[in-house]
Amino acid sequence: MEQVLTFFNDNREMIYFIILSVFVGVEVIGGVPTVLHTPLMSGANAIHGVVIVGAIYVMLNVNPTDTVALILGCLAVLLGTLNVVGGFVVTDRMLEMFKKKK
Amino acid sequence: MKQHLLEICYLIGSVTFIFGLKMMGNAKTARNGNLIGAVGMTIAILGTIFLHTGEVAPMIYAMIFGAIAVGTIIGWMTAKKVQMTAMPQLVSIFNGMGGACAALISLIEFTHHMHSGEPATTGTLIAIIAGLVIGSVSFSGSMIAFLKLNGNMNKPVRLPAYNMINNVFMLFVLLFGAYMVYSGGSLMLAYALFASALLYGILFTLPIGGADMPVVISLLNSFTGLAAAFGGFLYGNKVMLTGGILVGSAGTLLTLIMCKAMNRPLSNVIFGAFGAGSAAAEGNEVKGTTKEASVSDVAVLMNYSKSVVIVPGYGLAVAQAQHVIHELEMLLESRGVSVKYAIHPVAGRMPGHMNVLLAEANVSYDKLVEMDDINPEFSNTDVVLIVGANDVVNPAAKTNPASPIYGMPILEAENAKNIIINKRSMSAGYAGIDNELFYNPKTSMFFGDAKKALTELVAELKTMD
Repeated sequence: MEQVLTFFNDNREMIYFIILSVFVGVEVIGGVPTVLHTPLMSGANAIHGVVIVGAIYVMLNVNPTDTVALILGCLAVLLGTLNVVGGFVVTDRMLEMFKKKK
Repeated sequence: MKQHLLEICYLIGSVTFIFGLKMMGNAKTARNGNLIGAVGMTIAILGTIFLHTGEVAPMIYAMIFGAIAVGTIIGWMTAKKVQMTAMPQLVSIFNGMGGACAALISLIEFTHHMHSGEPATTGTLIAIIAGLVIGSVSFSGSMIAFLKLNGNMNKPVRLPAYNMINNVFMLFVLLFGAYMVYSGGSLMLAYALFASALLYGILFTLPIGGADMPVVISLLNSFTGLAAAFGGFLYGNKVMLTGGILVGSAGTLLTLIMCKAMNRPLSNVIFGAFGAGSAAAEGNEVKGTTKEASVSDVAVLMNYSKSVVIVPGYGLAVAQAQHVIHELEMLLESRGVSVKYAIHPVAGRMPGHMNVLLAEANVSYDKLVEMDDINPEFSNTDVVLIVGANDVVNPAAKTNPASPIYGMPILEAENAKNIIINKRSMSAGYAGIDNELFYNPKTSMFFGDAKKALTELVAELKTMD
């Protein structure tokens, strides 16, 4: 019990932050027309590519002699970049189709 | 100083994510919304690299930039080159990459904590283990979803009692993760957990039918969001937290909305996949005779009708027939025939997929009519032309409680005066069930590849007049 309380107290700000973000996420999606579901999913997919920030952080703090960590970190940055770049570009291509045409 | 600037970068990133997602909810602002998100992401990434405090070897910078460069080129090229029809599986791949990235971060961090000798706090361990498990499940699940959508794995694979096995295995992975947090674990155990989570992702996705893949991708999408959020928790990184949680919660809601469009609860998608009961499939065999129509039959019928409704399906997209169908539409319109498209919420492979495909062929936005608006109009429609669609017009969804798609809202094409169905053969639809609409006395089958058949139809129509 005490551990749980300490945990809560140590991470109080984070927990507030998380709960509020959940509500923002739900609010932001509300009332979206069906036609936009696919681009929206794809756009959200690009945004979670923000995990690349973590991968870069790992690389910046890694011990340069730790080869395994270097290789895995490098791979993580590569995969994260794929997620971000591919995600945004493919979403843009989808949304390009929605622009007004005569 | 640098640290403060970095925090501002992250704040900008977080705000652009929220605004971007909000703008993507409206067709007019959607494209800019996506761009704003991309700009925010770039700021967050550049900030992370250039506002870092502390000594970093130049070699490491080189490795980071190298990885980013390679990733950008591959990601950009693939996203630009892919056919619009193959988009859903591409989204699935990119999603898997994000999941794998999160899992690798956790693996490195765990190893780091093992080597450093200082015990990690409970919060840190939870974040690492949760990121590892969720990221891995998302990765392997997305890969299976990709294979299924890409047609490499057509039939859902079901082990005997797969629901039981999956649930027990899920419980095992969860308990394993909890034990790792409790005990602190070891490197060997971390790799074992990594492997178990990967295996669970495969087991979880395997039994789910291809028609339900969009829902699964959306769900896995929110999983990756969650994994990113745990990464953010681990580093106290606000931009990862906002981005991750936004996608986590928005993705979960989107998943539920998609399920609602198909009128099936999420649990039904995950546990009671299409065709799960073989009895249902057997009871579904429809017997009867079909009528076949030639190109000239169809051309005459359409030329002298007042109103035509086109029901486009995935078959149209696969045959790349969206441009021809637009030509047909314009030709008929020039002869005074009113033409509309009836769009089922899940036409194509994902909600909204068909709209994107038709928009690509310049079909005017207001010609696309959504299901609830078009259904009352079918009884006044002279001809309904169904191109490569099957399950979305199957009356069994309304009439046959034993049918696996029972309860799914459909386009009531059977109410039209004449029904023309263009298909390559008599094979069943994606859900693998027979369609009694084919045997309706009002129905004529117009066999052939959608693009070829429609091109012939357009040519035939041009000779008339």
